Amino acid sequence: MNTAVPAEWYLILSAALFTLGVVGFLIKRSLISIFMSIELMLNAVNLSFVTFAHEWHAVKGQIFVFFVMMVAAAEAAVGLAILISIFRARGTLTVDQIDLMKL
Amino acid sequence: MNEPMLFLPLIPLLPFVGFLLNGVLGSKLPKALVSTIALAFPLASFALVARAAWMVYSGLALPVIEHGAPEWIVFGAVHIGFGLALDQLTLVMLLVITGVGFLIHLYSVGYMEHEQGYWRYFAYLNLFLFFMTVLVLASNFLLMFVGWEGVGLASYLLIGFYIDRRSAGDAGKKAFVVNRIGDFGFLIAMFLLLGSFGTLNFSEVAAQLAGHAAISGGVVTLICLCLLLGATGKSAQIPLYIWLPDAMEGPTPVSALIHAATMVTAGVYMIARAHALFDLSPTALLVVAILGTATAFFAATVAMVQTDIKRVLAYSTISQLGYMFLGCGVGAYSAAVFHLMTHAFFKALLFLAAGSVIHGLGGEQDLRRMGGLRKQMPVTFWTMTAAVLAIAGFFPFAGFFSKDAILAAAFQHGVSGKALWTVGLTTALLTSFYMFRLWYLTFLGESRADGPADSPANGHGSAHAGHAHESPWIMLTPLVVLAALSVCGGWIGMERFGAFLAPVTGGVQAAAGDGGQIEMMLSALAVLVAAAGWFVAHSIYGRARNDRANASLALPRRVLERKYWVDEIYVAGIVRPLEGLARYGLGWVGEWTLVRGSAWLLAGVASLSGEFLRRWQSGNLRSYAAWLTAAAAILLIFVLAGTLFGINGFADTIHWAVR
Repeated sequence: MNTAVPAEWYLILSAALFTLGVVGFLIKRSLISIFMSIELMLNAVNLSFVTFAHEWHAVKGQIFVFFVMMVAAAEAAVGLAILISIFRARGTLTVDQIDLMKL
Repeated sequence: MNEPMLFLPLIPLLPFVGFLLNGVLGSKLPKALVSTIALAFPLASFALVARAAWMVYSGLALPVIEHGAPEWIVFGAVHIGFGLALDQLTLVMLLVITGVGFLIHLYSVGYMEHEQGYWRYFAYLNLFLFFMTVLVLASNFLLMFVGWEGVGLASYLLIGFYIDRRSAGDAGKKAFVVNRIGDFGFLIAMFLLLGSFGTLNFSEVAAQLAGHAAISGGVVTLICLCLLLGATGKSAQIPLYIWLPDAMEGPTPVSALIHAATMVTAGVYMIARAHALFDLSPTALLVVAILGTATAFFAATVAMVQTDIKRVLAYSTISQLGYMFLGCGVGAYSAAVFHLMTHAFFKALLFLAAGSVIHGLGGEQDLRRMGGLRKQMPVTFWTMTAAVLAIAGFFPFAGFFSKDAILAAAFQHGVSGKALWTVGLTTALLTSFYMFRLWYLTFLGESRADGPADSPANGHGSAHAGHAHESPWIMLTPLVVLAALSVCGGWIGMERFGAFLAPVTGGVQAAAGDGGQIEMMLSALAVLVAAAGWFVAHSIYGRARNDRANASLALPRRVLERKYWVDEIYVAGIVRPLEGLARYGLGWVGEWTLVRGSAWLLAGVASLSGEFLRRWQSGNLRSYAAWLTAAAAILLIFVLAGTLFGINGFADTIHWAVR
């Protein structure tokens, strides 16, 4: 009797997390929340990478996860810095009000 | 080859070097150097021509042909060479062009001294000499056409030399456009020649014509008439003469060189050159003769009432060119060329003397404001007198011999010739009359410089008119030389001149032997007619102080003063309709569909697509996010659909999607 969790479950979880991330990305107004949604999507993808790597006994997927984490870390560092300076400049982090680039 | 070198290519190339030097560097060179360059190269060219003439005199066999490139233009069976040929006709033309040309260059140094663009003027003048010598040296029609177009260009540039005068620019354009009409005929003639002979070489065409008459008379007549159209354009004959009077807007030495002595005779030269063709087509010859006679008479009548000294001379030139055409038309080519040569002498002299008068009066060109200049400008007066006597045809001046030769040839040319002769003789009367009218009005009587003139002066006012001065020696020298030529130029005699040209133009029509008596009588009659013209001019202008003494002939006078309204008729009949078509027909279509339409189309596409695309750029971060997501979703759907439809791989999916 195989007690291991089937791979499909991981994938379903990954898809659910990703969808949550997308929905959050679309509907949240705070930049912080949008930022967190992006992280959520990245980690959902990471989860599916790891799942497939384990399933197919391939190490590439796990290596890719490290790359994604690295990019995510860099993005977090830069992105948070941008958020701070936006807040300093505009006094808000609501995306609907940050529309100076509009034509 | 033992043949002595004639350096034919150098004859045109030397003035061209002068043009390049003055044209490129002239604005930076001192005036003296510009004049030196402008004079030295034509002089060198003339020296080469004189040397060639001397060699011919000492027994050099003509024609001499120097090929620059035997195969200049080759397409299919057509081979056109690039060759220069020297024969008797070319030699005469070259002597006139470079000789008179140099004298006029010399004169210009004095005349143009105070003008803006001194260097530009001489560059153009040298350019003209280059093209004119190419025209007469060419050994085929195409190279001749190059020179033909080139002199047209130089003429255009020089007519419009006073770039600050609108009328000058207009006159230049008129000359150019009218000449284009003639050039069109020349081009058609060349195509027909290529089609029926396969060559454009003068000698080969003549050889084929002499060899066998495989070419139908109709084609030859058509070629001749097309050539004639070209000649009427360049030589200012009916119906294309209208540009020449306006061409007087150019500086006076230009009128002397281009619009009297050389360029306008190109048509006569061309007909003489192509005489082998014309000889085969009596119809074309008759047309030439009638056109020439009609032009001669018509222009002479107009010249009688013109008040601008240069316009009188311009119409006189048209009239004299008509004589040359008459000469060609009755087959007396050598007589026509003879008249061409003497005319170059005395008409250049007339223009230069007129220029001297204009110069001395500070730009005054109106005959009604001249008078009494005999004392103030003695050299100009006496040289002009020689020229007037020459053009009127008094024995023993040059014009007598050549005009007499043409009239005699016409007289002996059958029944039509008699009619032409009558008109020609009448024209001689008119010629004598209007030339002496000009002479009286300019030099004799009292000065009318301060008197009332009912039309504004053409030139720069008459501030100096009261105290006219004689021109400097550099202008008088050419006058004196040309006066000597006008007196003696005809002494060669038609027989000798005709015999010299005979290898090119065929024998002289009127052999001296058979009609000596008649010729004597004709000559006497011609002189009598000239004297009658003088007498009439004397009785009207010799005593009366004003030009408008005779009011009795008001209507014909008005017709003549308005030049038969030909310009107006052309404007109303041709220029206006074409302009209207251009402006309201093609212009409207071009303006509203091509120019504005395309601009509107481009702008419309850009602004509409911009209007559409800018809605994407809302600046709203979440809408960008939505587009991003939507695009990702669409990609996903494609991938899934690909899987569903059993298509493997991303590339195939894309392919499927695009399909």
